[in-house]
Amino acid sequence: MTTTRSGLVTVTGFAASALMLAGCAGGPPPAPESDLSNDKVVIGLLNDQSGVYKDLSGPNSKVAIEMAIEDYLAEYGDQAVVTEDQIEIVMADTQNKPDVANTQAQQMYDRSNADVILDVPASSAALAVAEVANQKKKLHINISAATTELTGAACNPYTFHWAYNTQMLAKGAAGVVEDGGETWSLVYPDYAFGQDMVKSFTAAVEDAGGTVNEAIATPFPNDNFSTFITRAASTDPDVIGTMAAGGDLINFVKQFNQSGVRDQAQLAVGLMFITDIHSLGVDEFSGTTFTDAWYWNYDEQNREFADRFLDLTDTRPSFAHAANYSAAYQYLDAIQRAGTDDADAIIEELEGLKVDDVFLRNGEIRAGDHSVVHDSYVAKVKDAADVEEDWDYEEITATIPAEDAFPDVNPNCSM
Amino acid sequence: MDAFLQYTVQGLAAGGFYALAALGLAVIFGALGVVNFAHGSFYMLGAVASAVLLDVLGIQFWAALVIVPILMFIFGIIIELLLVQWLLKLDILYNFLLTFGLSLVLVDLVKRQYGVSGLPYELPAGLGGLLQIGSVEVPSYQLFVFLFALAVCLVVWFVLSKTRVGMIVRAATEEPERARALGINVSAWVTPVFGFGVALAGLAGVLAAPFRAITATMGTNFIIILFAIVVIGGLGSVLGAVVAGFLVGLVEAYGQGYAGTFSQVLIFVLMAVVIAVRPAGLFGRKEAV
Repeated sequence: MTTTRSGLVTVTGFAASALMLAGCAGGPPPAPESDLSNDKVVIGLLNDQSGVYKDLSGPNSKVAIEMAIEDYLAEYGDQAVVTEDQIEIVMADTQNKPDVANTQAQQMYDRSNADVILDVPASSAALAVAEVANQKKKLHINISAATTELTGAACNPYTFHWAYNTQMLAKGAAGVVEDGGETWSLVYPDYAFGQDMVKSFTAAVEDAGGTVNEAIATPFPNDNFSTFITRAASTDPDVIGTMAAGGDLINFVKQFNQSGVRDQAQLAVGLMFITDIHSLGVDEFSGTTFTDAWYWNYDEQNREFADRFLDLTDTRPSFAHAANYSAAYQYLDAIQRAGTDDADAIIEELEGLKVDDVFLRNGEIRAGDHSVVHDSYVAKVKDAADVEEDWDYEEITATIPAEDAFPDVNPNCSM
Repeated sequence: MDAFLQYTVQGLAAGGFYALAALGLAVIFGALGVVNFAHGSFYMLGAVASAVLLDVLGIQFWAALVIVPILMFIFGIIIELLLVQWLLKLDILYNFLLTFGLSLVLVDLVKRQYGVSGLPYELPAGLGGLLQIGSVEVPSYQLFVFLFALAVCLVVWFVLSKTRVGMIVRAATEEPERARALGINVSAWVTPVFGFGVALAGLAGVLAAPFRAITATMGTNFIIILFAIVVIGGLGSVLGAVVAGFLVGLVEAYGQGYAGTFSQVLIFVLMAVVIAVRPAGLFGRKEAV
């Protein structure tokens, strides 16, 4: 290949003018200055890696966080405050035990230099981690725990509650009451979560004009609910609401379906993840209503996210996966704006922030109690005949606007 | 009254699971002197095996009722030959620890392979409906579980008490020393008896599959109640295990009906009372303690 003289002149000319133009514009903007502790951002993922909550969040939440990092880097390109090499994810198992969660959180903050800990299912474990975060003055963004305590009596400046809580879960009950399910019997496991749920559901049903005939406490864990179901049906309610979760929920639903009560009363489930429907089969749950924080097949944006997730994990995302993605992305975005990963600076960026992303619709990070408010959904499990593809289990029957789903700043919270 | 009748049927159905599994536990304890902590895991394996057979090979419930116990019998024999028999001569604690460890391994292997959310299982055709008995509606499946478990217990009882094989096993189970003294080769019966006990746990697992959550940890609480049953019935007593199994099922159902969260406590209250009044258990003999 030969280069002609005239060609060389042209090239040099272009280069010179390009340089001059660049000179006028002040050159390519330098990467913004950043002030990162240990010169990196460490995201800790602390959740159930081996027990009952493994499938609904677990190791696949790491994939969700990696997607968030990828999207952050793609969004800001060479303007990103944090480069790819500066982001690290560390992961550990709480076994859903508060003492283990406490130790793991301390290790993550101290030894792994985690700047934020995400997820932490099981309310008791979550409360333990929130306490550690407050002591260490490092961030904790809780995704998978349900208790309102996190944004109530146990609230602190370093803890955010991103996805849902027991109060929001009860909001779906109002829709059921309006559809004619006026009288309820509740069956709940007799520990903090169950008691909290019963309070929230009773309030929601009564606010909507319904009545709760009785609330029946059951042991936890428990594998035989037949007699409790018979008792719940004895007052002839329109709706039987179960607050059982995980394996207990599957026990309850199997036995409910065989009991003949299914023909007399509708089933409402307090807390259900799409992974529960997947494991038991859509037939067993069809017709059941529940409140969902997010559904993968709700709209095009969610679906796009879910397709990417499917390629990486072979399963569809639960709302916890989407919320982990959202929290990680918004966290990195806050670092981008603040130019630092200093916890107090990030809190300042996050408080009061209005957000719309794949998980948070009409979202706002409420400054008063650090509850992240966003639109939620009343979901009904489809009949098997209406399921068009794997994981296509839910029909969203109503949207609960953010301000209804998470109504007021928790009065028990003082930062 | 209707509610009471319903609770009774529910209690007898729950008792069916307990009786079958406890029978296996009692036979193993009697013949080998092994406190088989892995029994809950064998029950879990029975349920998981039926779910996997249905999912992979399309084998339905009725066939699983036969196939799974056979598989579990073979599995039990392998476990006995590979592990359990080597510790029989040592203190009873060694096999207790072995089976405890074994149960942890089995639970984690199942978790690893099939996850933690549980496996789906369909109710067998023809057992999904309700039966009207007098003024009470009873789920057909519960009634089936009760009758089937009762029938299996009766067959086992018949075989054990009326046949020569049964008499040898029973002698080896309940009076191993005297049986040896009479020239019965007790050791030869030990391996198949262990397999048989494991098969019974597996059978209880098959029965549980349509009715309970099929998860790796489904046997973890179950085994605690089984131990209570065996203690109530009398250690090593075959009849005691069956009677106590149904009794505990009833206590649990009435407890759930009338005492709520105390239902599980009641089982252990019953155990404490039985130990206080009859230390050897309802059907146990003093020397077995």
